[in-house]
Amino acid sequence: MKTYTAHITVSLRKAILDVQGKTVEQALHSLHMPALGNVRIGKHIEMDVQAPDPDRALELVNDACKKLLANPVMEDYHVRLEEAHTNGVRS
Amino acid sequence: MNVGVVSFPGSNCDADARFAASLDGSTVHALWHKDTSVPAGLDLIILPGGFSYGDYLRTGAIARFSPIMHEVVAHAKRGGLVLGICNGFQILTEAGLLPGALIRNASLSFVCKTVHLKVENTTSAFTSAVTKGAVLGIPVAHGDGRYTATDDVLDRLEGENQIVYRYCDSQGHVTEAANPNGSLRNIAGILNAGGNVMGLMPHPERASDAILGSADGLTVFASMAQYVGSHSVEALA
Repeated sequence: MKTYTAHITVSLRKAILDVQGKTVEQALHSLHMPALGNVRIGKHIEMDVQAPDPDRALELVNDACKKLLANPVMEDYHVRLEEAHTNGVRS
Repeated sequence: MNVGVVSFPGSNCDADARFAASLDGSTVHALWHKDTSVPAGLDLIILPGGFSYGDYLRTGAIARFSPIMHEVVAHAKRGGLVLGICNGFQILTEAGLLPGALIRNASLSFVCKTVHLKVENTTSAFTSAVTKGAVLGIPVAHGDGRYTATDDVLDRLEGENQIVYRYCDSQGHVTEAANPNGSLRNIAGILNAGGNVMGLMPHPERASDAILGSADGLTVFASMAQYVGSHSVEALA
């Protein structure tokens, strides 16, 4: 068994108006940063995963996303997996 | 009626729901989120408003995995009435008993005020006591009430007469200005395909006596009592 760290990003589906992102975008523009646009605001979730290999780890995290962490009716999610560091040394 | 009202950690309208449901002489049972059974012969289960599990992750996302939800789903599957009010509506969408989802209000602000509702379907188990064309005044109090769903789901809801209430002005006109949260197509409440599960963001239990400013919420309870009276309990058992 290895320990992996999963970094999960959950955000509103593109088709859904992200009012929070919109508001922040307007604030950026009022701060004279017109080059910044399409602001989307989501959630970042981090967790440890015990699994024999990365495929299995990803499978476990995807299952968690589908069941609880994201609501597919309104949200998309993205998972990035890395092997956890142990005593500063990558295991 | 024989009514069960569920309390989740963070529910705060459960006592009001029990009060409103008892006004017509119904027997009301307080149900706990950890319960793994419900009293026999329940006609109706109410999921009340509040902030179950602190609205952590998403509204209703954690409550929907409470042990009692197995009983709620089983009750709905055998045709029993389920009413989800505000946070209860959010829980029902998370549980898949109702389509769509409720997300942050378009204004990003918590909205707490009495709104006008156009009753679009006056033949449902929850609205049969309402006169067609009536406009109800019932309070809303939520931060995440913007109903959203894909266009084909919205079209199906419209086509199958599953949209029960829409936000409107005092004259019954469905306008953008009358929409308190940016809900798609001004939707305030919907039915499942079977017609026995309803979710709505407004609080009928807070409009259960003229002294509270409105008694229009009683139409929901009167309609359900009519429906239960004409559908034998044995048929549901």
